[in-house]
This record gives sequence, structure tokens and C-alpha cells, in this order.
Amino acid sequence: MSTVKTKIGRRSFIKSSAMAGGGMMLGFSWLASCKMSPEEVNALPKEWFKINGYLKIADNGQVTILSPNPEGGQNVKTSMPMIVADELDVDWKNVIVEQAPLDTAAFTLQFLGGSQSIRRGWEGLRMAGASAKAMLIAAAAEAWQVPMEELTAANGIVTHAASDKSATYGELASAAATMKVPDEVQLKDIKDFNIIGTSHKNVDGHKIVTGKPLFGVDTYTEGMLTAMIVHPPAFGLKLKSIDDSEAKNMPGIKDVFTIKVFNDDYEKAFFDTRTFNEVAVVVGKSTWEVMQAKKVLKIECEPIESTTESRDRFGRKWQEHTPSDLESTSKHYAEMEAIASKKATVKRRDGNPENAFKNAAKVLEATYTAPFLAHNCMEPMNFFADVSQDKALLIGPLQKPELTEQTLSARLGMPVENIDIQMTRLGGGYGRRSYAHWLVEAALISQKMKAPVKLVYSREDDMTNGIYRPSYRATYRAALDADNNLIGFHVKTGGIPQSPLHENRFPAGAIENYLAEDWTIDTNLTVGSFRAPSSNFIACAEQSFLDEVAEAIGKDPIDFRLELLERAQNDPVGENNDYEAHRYAGVLKLVKEKSGWVNKEEGLSRGVAAYFCHNSYAAQVLDLTWENNEPVIKKVTCAIDCGIVVNPDAATNLAEGGIVDGIGNALYGEISFKDGVPDQRNFDTYRMIRMSEAPKEINVHFVESDIHPTGLGEPSFPPIFAALANAMYKSTGKRSYKQPFLKERELLG
Amino acid sequence: MAIFNLNINGETKEVDVDPATPMLWVLRDHINLVGTKYGCGIAQCGACTVHLGDNAVRSCQLPVSAVGKQKITTIEGLSEHGDHPVQKAWLEIDVPQCGYCQAGQIMSASALLKRTPNPSDEEIESAMNGNICRCGTYTRIKKAIKTAASSENV
Repeated sequence: MSTVKTKIGRRSFIKSSAMAGGGMMLGFSWLASCKMSPEEVNALPKEWFKINGYLKIADNGQVTILSPNPEGGQNVKTSMPMIVADELDVDWKNVIVEQAPLDTAAFTLQFLGGSQSIRRGWEGLRMAGASAKAMLIAAAAEAWQVPMEELTAANGIVTHAASDKSATYGELASAAATMKVPDEVQLKDIKDFNIIGTSHKNVDGHKIVTGKPLFGVDTYTEGMLTAMIVHPPAFGLKLKSIDDSEAKNMPGIKDVFTIKVFNDDYEKAFFDTRTFNEVAVVVGKSTWEVMQAKKVLKIECEPIESTTESRDRFGRKWQEHTPSDLESTSKHYAEMEAIASKKATVKRRDGNPENAFKNAAKVLEATYTAPFLAHNCMEPMNFFADVSQDKALLIGPLQKPELTEQTLSARLGMPVENIDIQMTRLGGGYGRRSYAHWLVEAALISQKMKAPVKLVYSREDDMTNGIYRPSYRATYRAALDADNNLIGFHVKTGGIPQSPLHENRFPAGAIENYLAEDWTIDTNLTVGSFRAPSSNFIACAEQSFLDEVAEAIGKDPIDFRLELLERAQNDPVGENNDYEAHRYAGVLKLVKEKSGWVNKEEGLSRGVAAYFCHNSYAAQVLDLTWENNEPVIKKVTCAIDCGIVVNPDAATNLAEGGIVDGIGNALYGEISFKDGVPDQRNFDTYRMIRMSEAPKEINVHFVESDIHPTGLGEPSFPPIFAALANAMYKSTGKRSYKQPFLKERELLG
Repeated sequence: MAIFNLNINGETKEVDVDPATPMLWVLRDHINLVGTKYGCGIAQCGACTVHLGDNAVRSCQLPVSAVGKQKITTIEGLSEHGDHPVQKAWLEIDVPQCGYCQAGQIMSASALLKRTPNPSDEEIESAMNGNICRCGTYTRIKKAIKTAASSENV
């Protein structure tokens, strides 16, 4: 056992939070009207006792655990409470899970992003369970007048073996709630975990398969109005005026007006967005009626002025430039090509790369590009707001509630204490719901209407509203000597408007002469985090290029990578290498074994790739055949090292999802522009991966590990692009350089 | 506006709406059955799938005026206790990630199994290709359909 001071998370244990009384309310239609049998009513808990900010225990032994972070499909609503329950030593079947309210004093880091929920929550969740167990034991010790050291707790029961006494957690709960929060707690040895590491089903599974209201868009209240927005049709335009004469008179329409998301003098924070600051709003009784009125609302737009504004990134200021052009994809690619031949910012330089390339017997070079991508969460952006003069209630799906609360507070001029943000399940996030401008819009509309309002984006509003994955370009060069040794490596990359470079990642540290440099191009398109930001492009470029280098050298692509990693492990070049070479090699070795790498099935084309991001390692082998000018993906084998796996089957599901998502985006994903207007507005033109295009089989294997959990939502996503590209090359003899790959192939013929 | 008497999940529901209103919005905004989801509004994603009689249809393209006396079944009415073989299989395989598309997936899958009790992989793909899962749970959906097909009383 390890002893941990509870100081870090102490405020969450002593603070009286929203759990006092009967637990949290997710009001209105969230109360299911299920009729219970008398037996069920009798078995219901009579009284709940709050032990700490994360959990309460009922007189019948049931335990309610609050899941602090937003749930968007990564399954933290099951796996985070599992961590608490394990340290508490309670039977999982007696656990009820509820979504915690946003409570920045009680919980830390209530956000969905960066594959951080479990990693950052790990210690606090364990302490919540362990300290509650200690308080239950203390209560028993006091009741029986025996030393605490003589007591044990397991499976919801505290036992004193010497006197043969035992009591359930339910019996002890009322006394435990009055016990002092311990200054130190004993955390379990990893080998003693009995819930962590075993698969448990999604706690919301039954509600999902029966269509219960779970999502923000399912919020309906008495007197609620529906609102939709109309934004300028092109990036680079802003609203000049609206003609609402017809729209206002449409059936069911209550009002038409414009709102400004942010005031002109507001300094935007990191997750605030400058997309279409002023939008037209149509408010009415029902969604269909509002949709009809939107069609007849006339808006007049004018070009934006070019601006430079100060932005705040968690206390660090930066200047963001917004050009005034109407941008087009053809011009974007031309601009990237032009800037790529100019001087860039050197981010890392090891040895003498210029000499290495000068003295090389052979130089390999390849350039990779990728388009902007839209997140396309299946639940379009939406939020419920009920704002009165002195308080605001917001209900819906978002990833960074704590940060959005501050943005809203600034916009409404209302202290955060008066703002109540309730988190619903997210119908997908992938980064998009970190940028909660729609929450602010909903609040402003409710304030204006003096009524509860649900703001809903149509699919078209959603897809054409910005916050895209940036467009990228990377040129890789490798210098080989006469004996085919890799003596120099150069990456020059950039994007619109962000660079995807991670200069200290592999293969930095493994090559004597190394140069990494980058550039950026400004745009008025808005971008944002998209599952595994920047890694989701650079992994594909890097891992495709390494495949090409391995082939030129005449080495097996896995062995080639393992040799480089051996160098990085035993005799690393430079400092600051931000990966652990042995763990990187570990996933490659595991995927080699599990895929049957040396005994490939006849008729299949096979590619491999590996990547490290978000604190975890992933390697994948993809097998395909080529039919009717499209790949048919027969099997993906995936190895992941993300430390301890809390809920293995759910973790497998998440990794499978990353793989399917990656294949879809690599083959089809693109949002392109002509004169600022997105070419894709809905799923008829934005091709999404469908069942027949997904791998026929996916096998996920986790490296057994005692390392505390690292990230999992993102790491399976970036390498699959390259595993696919490398397998496609084996099948067709043509390398893939431009995403989306299927479009590249159509253009090449 | 016009009054329609609809047969939804075995009950008669009266609504007074514009005859062009798609069933999707009648269900969600007027009858408070929110399990049927809006995803695209143009019959490309399948999130709004319901049964019209025994057939899976996209409710975003089904005007209320076209329904008449035909029976509509939504995810809420697929079974009384969430124990339809497809729902049970979905739980057994623990299919969902975000879960938003899954009601539509389940409605498409249950209609498939009604007309083709033991579908091949190709038949499953063909029937399910109209339902997008952005989280990428397709391999599990396929597995769950096979699990449901092998259980009795589909």
C-alpha cells in the first residue's frame, strides 16, 4: 500500500457541495416517470449520507458516486467511478453513478480533452474512495471501541476479526459522515485492485438503447422556446443588416434579431472563438417552424476588415491576425507550397544536418498535405439556457465547462456563483465542444427573450461554422550514406494557421543529424482542437516517410523503427526527447507478435505505423485488399501502452473507434472552400465512413503495465492514417501523399 | 395547421401541426419522444430512423401528412422494458460510445432482422450503411446484430 497525503484534493472532501440532501437534480424532463413495484420501493434507500464530495452512502449500503468529467463517448462516466469504488472496496453492483455538477471548488479539471480525464483524475478519485473507506473504518472503530488497525474493509463490509463483529457500509454511513477527514490515506497496491482492470458495462447503456433523454438536445421544459442562428455564408464576411419582415410573420415565430457573441472590447480566451461574432437569431415555438422561417430570413453581409487582436492563452498573451480575404482551398495549397521554400523557424537542430545532406549518397524527399476537417459530431451544437436578471441556468453538452463559465460570466456581467452549468452526455465532442460559443449565444437569446430557450444548430449551421482541424503540409528528407545508413533527417512543416510540428518526438533522438523547422499562414477560417490535435496529421506524414526510408534502405519497416528506437534508448541524440523509447518499442513488438507480422496471410497487403502522443503509445498493423478502386480493410491489429487500463472492454471500444475514425478521415475527410464558402454543408457532400468501409475485424491489445493510466481517447487515432497509407502502397505500388487519399487516387487516375 | 391522429408505439396521439412537418419533429417537439434523433435532416445519417409498419424509414423525410393510419414505432416503443433482442445484444456487446446514433442504428437493425432473421455480413452492411456512427462503433454494431440474430424471438 502507498500512503498519500490527502492535502491535494482536500478541499473536495471537506467542501459541502451540491450533493447535500437528495443528490443532484438534472431537472425537468430528466425525471423518468417509471412506476416501481412495492418491493422496489421498499428496497429504496431511506437516507443518504454524504461522505465526501465524490460520494454518498445510503442506509441500505448503496453508494452514489459522482462522475466529475463530461461524458462524450470515452466512457469516463463508468471508468472514473470504478476507480473510486475500487478504493472504497464496494461491490460495483451496489454503485449508482450520477453526473457531477460543475463545481470548480469540489472537483478539479472537469474537462473532456487531451485524453486527460483518467490521467488527471486518477489520484483524486482514488483518494476519494480510500478516504471514505477510512472514515467508515473509523466509525466502526469508535462504535466497537477497538483500534482502527484491527479492522478490515472489503465488499461494503467492515470487519473486526478478533471479536467477530462486522457492519455494512450502510449501517456505518451516518456515523462515518461525521468522522474527521483523514490527513493521510492508504491507497491500494495495484495488485489488490478488484474493479480496476476488469470490464464493466457502460452505466448509461440501458438509457441509450431505450432512447431515454440523455443529450443536451433532449432538454425540453415548460414554456421553452427553440432558437436557431443564421450566420454569414462565407468566412471573411460579417453581418451588415437583416430583413426579417417575412420571417417574423411565419407561423410559430416569436422574434428575429441579431446578437453579438462577444463585446468588441473583450479579450478572448483560448477556447473562445472569433467565428461569426454577430449572428442572426430566429426564435419560435418549434424546431420545424424556426427552420422554415430561417429560409425566408434575408441577411446582407459585408467583408470583414483585417484585424490583429490580443488573445489570452491561460495568462500568456498572443496576437492573432485575421486577414480579410475570401479564401479558397486552391489558394491555400499554393500558399503552403510557396512558403515551404522560404526560410522557416528552426525548432531543433542536432549535429550538422546540412553537412549530412551535402555528403549523402542518396537523399529521399516526400511532401504530405492534408485538408481542413470538420468535427461533425452527430449531435449538432446546441444548448439550453434560462437566464434571468441575476442568475443563469445552462444545460447541455460541452467539454470545458469551467472555462466557458468564465467566458459567460464576462459576457453577461454576472458572477460565476450565479451561473449554473449542468453537463449532459455529449453526442460526440472530438474537440469541437471545447469552443462553446453556442452556450454564450443560447444565454444571450434567453436573456433577450426572458424565457427558457434551446438553441439548436442545423447540420449545415454546424458544418459551416468553423473550428476546423487546420490544413497542413510537411516535407520530409532523409540522407543516406553509401552503405544505406540513415545519417540525416529533416522535417519542414507548417499549417493554416497552426504548425503540427513536435520537434522533440521520435525520430528526434535517434538520428545523429536532425533538423526540424516550421512555419504558419494566417487565415480567417477558425480552427480548433480535433482528436489528437496536430498529431492527427504529422503522425501520418512521419510514419509514411519512415516506411519509404525503410524500403529504400531495404529493411523491414518494424525492424527499422526498432533499430532507431534502440539508438534512442541506449545512446540518445540530444536532450529533451519527449518519449520513452522502450515503451515505443514495446508496442511495436507487441503488434508484430499479435498481427503475425512474419506470417502474413496470402493476398493481403499490409502496412504498419506507430506513434506517441497524449502520454501513450500505439502501434497498428492494417491488412487490406483492393477491390473496385477502393481498399477493403480486412483487419487492424493494434497495440497500446497507456499504463494501467481501468475498464478493458470500454478501452478497447474507444481504441476501435479511433481506428475507424482515422480510416474515415484519411480516405474521405475534407472540408474545402471557394471564396470563403465551404463546399460541404451536410453528409451528402461530406463523406463519412460507413459500416461497409470500416475494418472487418479489429483486435486491440494493451501492454500490461503498472504505470499510472495515461491517455486513451486520442492515441489510437494518429497512426492508423499511416498504417493505411503504407498498406495501400503495398497493394497499389503508389504512395499516398495527399489526404483525403481516395480523392488523391481519383485525381491521379 | 391541421389535426392528425397518429398511431405511435401502439397509442393514439393527436397533434395539431403544419402538415409538412417531418415526423422527426412531431415526435421530438410535440409528443416528447426524444429518443429519435436529428442528425442531418436530409436522410443521410440514419439517426432519425423509426419503423413505419415493419419498415425502417428516415423520419426527417416523412411528413406527418403521409403517415395516415400506418403504425409508427420509435426506439421508446421497440420493447416495453428495453429487452428486445437487439437492445439486449447492444448491451451485451456494450456497443455505444457517445450513443447519439444508436437509437437509429437499433431501429435499422431490428427492421433488418425482422425481414432477414439470419443476415450475412454483406446483408448487414447493406442494411446499415445508411446509419453513420461518428464514434466508429461499426464492428460492434455488426457483432451485436449477429448476436441478436442468433438469439430467439427476434
